[in-house]
Amino acid sequence: MEFVAISLLNGITYGLLLFMLSSGLTLIFSMMGILNFAHASFYMLGAYFAYQISTWVGFWPGLLVAPLLVGAVGAMVERYGLRRAHRFGHVAELLFTFGLAFLVEEIVHLIWGKTSVDYKIPLELDGTLFTLFSTDFPIYKGFMMLVSVGMLVALYALLTRTRIGLIIQAALTKPDMVEALGHNVPRIFMLVFGGGTALAGLAGVIGGNAFITEPGMAAAVGSIVFVVVVVGGLGSLGGAFIASLLIGCIQTFSVALSISITDVFALIGVTLPAGSQVARLTITQLAPVLPYLLMVAILIFRPRGLMGAREN
Amino acid sequence: MNSAVFSRGRLLLWGGCLLLALALPLVFKSGFLISLLCQMGIMVVFALSYNMLLGHTGLLSFGHAVYYGLGAFATMHTLNAVGKGGDPLTTALLPLVGGVAGLVAGVLLGYVTTRKAGTTFAMISLGIGELVAACSLMFPGVFGGEGGVSGNRVVGKDAFLGFTWGPQVEMYGLIILWAFICTVAMFALTQTPLGRMANAVRDNPERAEFVGYDTERVRFLMVVLSGLFAGVAGGLSALNYEIVTAETLNAHTSGVVLLMTFVGGIGFFYGPIIGAILITVMQIVIGGMTHACFLFMVLMAPGGIASVIAIQRNLWLAGLFGRMVPHYLAAALPVLILLAGLVGLVELSYALLAGEGVGAGDTVTKVMGMQLQLNTLGPWLTAIAVTAVGLALTRWTGGKARIAWNAALSTLHGDKQ
Repeated sequence: MEFVAISLLNGITYGLLLFMLSSGLTLIFSMMGILNFAHASFYMLGAYFAYQISTWVGFWPGLLVAPLLVGAVGAMVERYGLRRAHRFGHVAELLFTFGLAFLVEEIVHLIWGKTSVDYKIPLELDGTLFTLFSTDFPIYKGFMMLVSVGMLVALYALLTRTRIGLIIQAALTKPDMVEALGHNVPRIFMLVFGGGTALAGLAGVIGGNAFITEPGMAAAVGSIVFVVVVVGGLGSLGGAFIASLLIGCIQTFSVALSISITDVFALIGVTLPAGSQVARLTITQLAPVLPYLLMVAILIFRPRGLMGAREN
Repeated sequence: MNSAVFSRGRLLLWGGCLLLALALPLVFKSGFLISLLCQMGIMVVFALSYNMLLGHTGLLSFGHAVYYGLGAFATMHTLNAVGKGGDPLTTALLPLVGGVAGLVAGVLLGYVTTRKAGTTFAMISLGIGELVAACSLMFPGVFGGEGGVSGNRVVGKDAFLGFTWGPQVEMYGLIILWAFICTVAMFALTQTPLGRMANAVRDNPERAEFVGYDTERVRFLMVVLSGLFAGVAGGLSALNYEIVTAETLNAHTSGVVLLMTFVGGIGFFYGPIIGAILITVMQIVIGGMTHACFLFMVLMAPGGIASVIAIQRNLWLAGLFGRMVPHYLAAALPVLILLAGLVGLVELSYALLAGEGVGAGDTVTKVMGMQLQLNTLGPWLTAIAVTAVGLALTRWTGGKARIAWNAALSTLHGDKQ
């Protein structure tokens, strides 16, 4: 019971963080039809910007300024890079973001070095929020949940309750019509790209000190976010939300379960030969593979994902 | 066959290239250069096999290293199984084992990946790539864990025609031979009905279906055959380095082969060869910054180096090349200034922040032969100023060159019509 409750809380915290990344990625995909391979790089930039700002003026200004900076960088990338690559077709765009991911990593190497930086949780948030059974639940995880849910509500309100949100939604499906009505669609694209990357940056600000801020963090999170978007269905915000929580929970539960096929068979009284490597693998050891297995299975049996609308 | 594959001109070209490649060690005698040449030979095969997917069939794969890596592991395990009882001839044929492993992997994984084309294929290939890479760390018995699997390519006591494959030069000869065979085979494949159908599936899958071809099957066959050649490349790398680590099948290797193929040019058969040679050198000279050049290529010349060469050739044939030469020369100097400024900035940052080339905390470094004080503003301002001047001049001359370029191109296309 204790294990389930704590793992569930951790899984939801991690899942919400994943959603902050995948929501931006999904919005960008449904608008421009490209998968932004560099999306997790903006997450990393957010963490590094926040670290740099926290060494100058502290954590709280960084929480606001770093995502805005990342969003500005993202908007510039769209305006001066992606829009240019767009002229050469989809593959060029995809390759552009692919190369960008490498470039950002290299720039981070140049400025902050190849090892991790000491980006700490602020003192105010360092402590125990409550104790469930005998396990402490840290304040910072509660704070992460609060920020994620706040962002979620704000995003929902922005998209459905404001004028700009309605124009964005219209531009998703009928860009030509929106343009004909006198709206500047390229600028909306730039705004959405900037907004999506700012969300990734915010995730970096609150995720960077909860986990670790190092040049490899983009690659580590990037492939998982990618799995989330594919499993949830490309272009579906609701699907991304469900898939984020699902993957978050799968990851936190699986790292804590040390059951192998041998153990399962032992329960029903069958002893497997000791030599087989496959039969002795525990779920913990399988944990890094599970998201990808899920993704490949989804792509084979339901290529449009859990809630995706389009096939290709 | 009297087709263009084995025409006299082409035979001369192939033969000339083979002789040139075999003669290179006579000029480049140092061990480092020969190792570099070996690496290029392997990468040429790998990049060409990748272009069978991206260039010829229009399949963007982010997991091609899987076939390369599995081929390498299969070859290494066979080499170790042969052990002392083998002979150099067996060793020379081992890349075939890698090829078969790549082929089998292509049959198994290709069945899953090729059901869809386009973005879905790209995503499944990425998922499968990550899956295999993650699995490889779970089975240390087969993949050797973090340390990898190592072996010794010199087996048995006797030599085959005087070769033991011990010295790097002999290995180079073996690699060139294999690379040559694979290149000719891959080129021949582009001329077969399958190769032609692959192009049709790339350009217009719907029409290919209507003509009566099964596009899924064409994609599958191309993935399988491309896996074969990638496996041979992996086998060669296993023999060459005598160690295979899990890194050979991860996403980074897949990214590098994509980079090579794209920079070289996917629209031409010889494009990936140029890309493989160039990127291998660049990775050694400028390391991680190679990817910045990749971005530049995507934005400036999406057809790759081969397409730039092809346009120059067309201009030359139309007698328009002479017109462009002054503009090329005028644009070259600002680009050099810009590059010098950028290199200076990068070197200064590395020296100060990453502590490379100098001891940690040291504030003196050597850039381009100059002794520089890192804690003063002088070197930084100089580097920034040079970059800015270079950028401004490049924009100025580049704009003029572009106008001339567009004029030349429109004349060229006007002549054709």
